Amino acid sequence: MAALLSVANLNLERGGRSLFRDFSLSIERGELVQLAGENGTGKTTLLRYLAGLSSHSGAGELVRSECSQLYLGHKPAVKTLLSPRENLQWYCQGFGFSEEKIDSALELVGLYGYEEVASRTLSAGQLRRVALARVFLGDADLYLLDEPFTSIDARGVALLSAHLSERVNAGAAVVCTSHQPIPVDIPLRRVELGESV
Amino acid sequence: MSLATGLLRRQLLLAARRPAQVLSPLIFFAMVVMLFPLGLGPDPRQLAEFAPGVFWIIALLSTLMAAEDMFRSDYEDGSLEQLVLMPSPLFISCLVYAFAHWLLTGLPLLLMAPLFALMLQMPTSALGVLLVSLMLGTAVLSLVSSIGAALTVSVRRGGVLLSLLVLPLYVPVLIFGSGAVAAAADGLSAQAHLLILAGMLSLAVALAPFACAAGVRISVDAG
Repeated sequence: MAALLSVANLNLERGGRSLFRDFSLSIERGELVQLAGENGTGKTTLLRYLAGLSSHSGAGELVRSECSQLYLGHKPAVKTLLSPRENLQWYCQGFGFSEEKIDSALELVGLYGYEEVASRTLSAGQLRRVALARVFLGDADLYLLDEPFTSIDARGVALLSAHLSERVNAGAAVVCTSHQPIPVDIPLRRVELGESV
Repeated sequence: MSLATGLLRRQLLLAARRPAQVLSPLIFFAMVVMLFPLGLGPDPRQLAEFAPGVFWIIALLSTLMAAEDMFRSDYEDGSLEQLVLMPSPLFISCLVYAFAHWLLTGLPLLLMAPLFALMLQMPTSALGVLLVSLMLGTAVLSLVSSIGAALTVSVRRGGVLLSLLVLPLYVPVLIFGSGAVAAAADGLSAQAHLLILAGMLSLAVALAPFACAAGVRISVDAG
């Protein structure tokens, strides 16, 4: 089967420091990939590159097949002036997801009863959960998640890892950056960054 | 089109939750208009002579004031990243941003213009031309500002840079906008000025969204 996403001969730098030299990675359907490494080894930079957010023309050969992608970045992309529901509504409209799942997604991440409150009154962890609710809104083929397990509680971690495992078994690919081990009972491919340079 | 209407609804909702930000350019405009008679003296003839130029310069500055924040919060909280990744073309979203900016700065100005014109002793015969020129001109200003705002959003304190980038592009609008009003105030035909303004608007609508989209991509890349 052709890879969902592959990158070859990638040379990336940040602030004049070389992060990757001749880096290659290929991600196929039904794979869970963890990008691990210490702080500053370029996990987020690589994920942003894979998501197509950084052009870095000529940095490497990025080949992506036609598939729906869900990217959850370091920044939550949650507007504090809008309620959680309004935040997700715009997201659904933008990505063509059905708005019917918004309430159930918010309930899943433990924000039942908070749908209509102004997001600025939510705690940092709850804001993170609004961002995380996107994962439950619709099915994507490729998930690119930046530190999805930080600042959520044990129940949230269990819920998210169960959902991601289910998606991987259904043929999607998941790429997570994380320094902690990811609590899943499916095969996990660990890509250690920061050793090649 | 559902993204475009959804995005417009979101922009207006955000503005409604932060009314001070929408009102401040308008209040700035009103204050400056009130200062002119104090500085120039209350002679109606003298005021009327300067009125078209004064009017347009303040319109320009109040548009610029609001332009800096066009993409700012979306850049800081990461919404701009999601916008770039959305499947629909980015230039349509950029057009929506510029349109929302016009609805929140150009349109209120247009509605208040008769009052401000009266305060500057502008002849009422020029009012029609003033409104038409403002409608065309402020729309061009919003579109041009969207390019500058997209390019400078990743720069810390990019306000000065934004002014340097877009003020030269504002100049033609200033010349033909105030020219139209001055011509009408003198009882001459303003048709040529208005047609040139309409031409500039067509050009801006056709080109600015693409330049703005490129700017957004560069800024998101840098962040």
